Amino acid sequence: MNFGVVVFPGTWSDCDFHYVIGEVLHQPVRYVWHRDSQLADFDCLILPGGFSYGDYLRAGAVAGRSPVVEALPEFVAKGGMVLGSCNGFQILCESKLLPGALMRNECLQYRCQSTFLRVENAETPFTRAMRPGQVLKMPISHGEGKFYADAETLRRLRDQKQIVFRYSSEDGRAVKDANPNGSLDNIAGLINEEGTVLGLMPHPERASENAMGGTDGLLIFHSLLGSLVEDGSFLKR
Amino acid sequence: MKARVLVRLKPGILDVQGASVQRALQGLGFGEVQELRVGKVLDLELEGVSGDSARHRVEEMCARLLTNPVIEDYTVEMLG
Repeated sequence: MNFGVVVFPGTWSDCDFHYVIGEVLHQPVRYVWHRDSQLADFDCLILPGGFSYGDYLRAGAVAGRSPVVEALPEFVAKGGMVLGSCNGFQILCESKLLPGALMRNECLQYRCQSTFLRVENAETPFTRAMRPGQVLKMPISHGEGKFYADAETLRRLRDQKQIVFRYSSEDGRAVKDANPNGSLDNIAGLINEEGTVLGLMPHPERASENAMGGTDGLLIFHSLLGSLVEDGSFLKR
Repeated sequence: MKARVLVRLKPGILDVQGASVQRALQGLGFGEVQELRVGKVLDLELEGVSGDSARHRVEEMCARLLTNPVIEDYTVEMLG
């Protein structure tokens, strides 16, 4: 499976994703510059975290209109997968590949900490190696991760099982205390209707080796590799 | 020709930044401030366009980049 890690001016998690995909998972991976719109060689594109274009105007706003992002709808229509983490999630919402918006954390603090995530939908190509209700540990690092959508959009997200991860306590309760940024409905990660574009605020690439405090982030990649390499025949545990 | 775009959070959307500034004003003795919301002003200088077509261009800029319709409202003023 060929991975591309998109690099914008101001991206900071690109090297971490590149390292995890290439050195931990031993998959082919290369960087994709934000002006590049030739994406046919890739199976999965990563939009990493950081502060693309300085997050000027709004987080992810300028990156959301860059050539590589403008080429994503066609890439996805042809069977490509897209994973956006942190700033990548903000870019996906800004470019309308995912619904809603990410706003300033309700606490007004930049939050860099470990969080627990409850798996809400284990039937997506990004979560097939997980169990529904399983609690994952992944770090967050953001100042603008509060998900917002209007009531109608939220209803649709719930009905179509597009909410993939919720912030939870260690024992899997999606309570207010476990919500680090005031995100609506404790939403930490969303998928599009087709199940091909996942956005999440946490950093799976920073939870991919034991030396980093855990490997739960790898489950996203194991899910992807299983689902794509075996063409949908991935065996659930 | 000049244009000014005023961007505001939509009514009903919690403005944590505004609430924080309001509390600071109260701390300075301005207790009469009941609500404060922070917005943005974007001033544009335009060339080669005028009248209605200039306004339409600015509206298009707002729709495509300058504002996020999920959370923001905006007004466009053409300043001649």
